[in-house]
Amino acid sequence: MMKMVTSPIRPEELRRALIDPAAGAYAGFEGWIRNRNEGHEVLRLEYEAYDPLAVKEGEKIIAEARARFPVLHAHCVHRAGMLEIGECAVWVGVASEHRDEAFLACRYIIDQVKVRLPIWKKEHYVDGHSGWVNCERCASHG
Amino acid sequence: MNKTIEVRYFALFRENAGIDRETVTSAASTAGELFAELRHRHGSAEPLGHCKVAINDEMAEWDAPLSDGDSVLLFPPVAGG
Repeated sequence: MMKMVTSPIRPEELRRALIDPAAGAYAGFEGWIRNRNEGHEVLRLEYEAYDPLAVKEGEKIIAEARARFPVLHAHCVHRAGMLEIGECAVWVGVASEHRDEAFLACRYIIDQVKVRLPIWKKEHYVDGHSGWVNCERCASHG
Repeated sequence: MNKTIEVRYFALFRENAGIDRETVTSAASTAGELFAELRHRHGSAEPLGHCKVAINDEMAEWDAPLSDGDSVLLFPPVAGG
C-alpha cells in the first residue's frame, strides 16, 4: 500500500496494519527532516508531490519489492506540504517471516521512492534563501 | 504537423515558467523535443537526463511519440524522502 498524506505521519499507528501472526520480523524506516544539508542551515522543508503518479509509481515499487523478496506486507506513506525539523517525511514498513527479507525489501522501497516518485522538496534556509533539492545544483553541475 | 498539447509544470519548472499549465501548439514529435522547445522558452537549464516526463498520467521515456490532445507532465529532478 502506497499513500500520500498532508497530515503528520505516526509510524507507531501505521505499523499496526502490518501485524500478522505469520510475521517474525518487522523492519521500519523513517525519513526525518534534518537541520543541515550540504553546508546550509535548514529551517524547514516544503514538499510538493503529484499525488496520482506518486501513488501509482509507489505501488509499482512495492510490487517489485514483493516480487524480489518474500514479505508478508509492505507499506509506504509519504507526506507533502510544509514540514518542520524533526518531522517524519516518509515511512516504510515491512513485515515478513524472517528479518533478512524485511530489511532488504524496506531498503529497496525507500531507495526507489527517493529516485522515482514525482516528489520535490524545497529547502528553506535560516539565512532566508530557499532552493529546490537536486535542481539548483544539478543545473550548475551540468 | 502541429499538435495541441496540454502541458503541466511542477516545482522548479512551475516557478521558472511562472505558470502551472498551458496549452501549446507544437510540431514536436517526441516528449524530448517538446521539452527542448519549452525549456528554451521558459529558461530552465536542467539536463534532460535528470528530469522525467509523464504522458496522459503514465511515466514515459523522452523518445515517446506525442499525439494531438496529449497531456504532458514535466518533472524536474525529483527528491522524495
